[in-house]
Amino acid sequence: MQIAFAIIAALTLVSAIAAMSLRNLVHCALCLALAFAGLAAFYLQLGAAFAGWAQVLVYIGAVAILIVFAILLTRSGEGTPQPILSRSWGVGIAIAVLVFGVLAKAIMSSSLTSNSLLQKMPSKPEPTVHQIGDQLMTRYVLPLEIIGLLLTAAAIGAVIIAMKDAGKGQLTGPRAKATQMEIPPQSNNASSASHELEEVRS
Amino acid sequence: MIPLHDYLIVSALLFAIGLAGALTRRNAILVLVGIELMLNAANLNFIAFWRYSPDPEALTGIMFVIFSIAVAAAEAAVGLALIIAVYRHYKTVNLDQVDSLKG
Repeated sequence: MQIAFAIIAALTLVSAIAAMSLRNLVHCALCLALAFAGLAAFYLQLGAAFAGWAQVLVYIGAVAILIVFAILLTRSGEGTPQPILSRSWGVGIAIAVLVFGVLAKAIMSSSLTSNSLLQKMPSKPEPTVHQIGDQLMTRYVLPLEIIGLLLTAAAIGAVIIAMKDAGKGQLTGPRAKATQMEIPPQSNNASSASHELEEVRS
Repeated sequence: MIPLHDYLIVSALLFAIGLAGALTRRNAILVLVGIELMLNAANLNFIAFWRYSPDPEALTGIMFVIFSIAVAAAEAAVGLALIIAVYRHYKTVNLDQVDSLKG
């Protein structure tokens, strides 16, 4: 048990450090998937099988692939000669070390380390999917509905944000010429809209 | 048996790694990756506290993690769409160059 914990912790932390420090972004995404897999192993070790497999499905299956797509779409997979760290990297590292120091001190000085009840897991059967579904449909039904609404709104919002904004006026730069060729069919709408606006004003 | 604070220390380390990455990398995608790592560290805390709690039958920690995973998926989708929109406008995702709100 101790050895499994040590192996999983080392795998997760090393791949997280690699995901944050490698130069090639595609390697970063692969290391990130490895870190997510280590976290899923933690969940399985702690007896939360449903959360562990949800982690595998959502994070390794969806989020990591989404990040790979974003890396390829923004062409940042090709290595650049520029430095990978921003100008204020020293401050960032200092803040991260400070945060970890505060957290570790809080954990070590709390009663969690001295309370003998918290030193070992209470033995109990693992929660079944049946139990989780029952709770989701009874006690947590309102959060479930809100999450459904949030996911729908996020999916529509992501599509709208990432959509090409063709057809909008007042474009500058090289794409303006391309859109100006589309303006004559739209001018009817525009003139009728301004006509209506004048009618409303009068 | 592994004591609870070992999990908490691993989670705090993961949070610090994510924070360092989010604050120091130049690429906007890597900043989003750092935020995801921080969210995952919080999830690990939830699961560990749930497992060591005196009443694990309530399933509170698992429920919180499931909802948190759903919110994180929505956040990743919208965040990456924003990064693609920024790339289309500036032709770069380098955060040192994307420094003006004016279009």
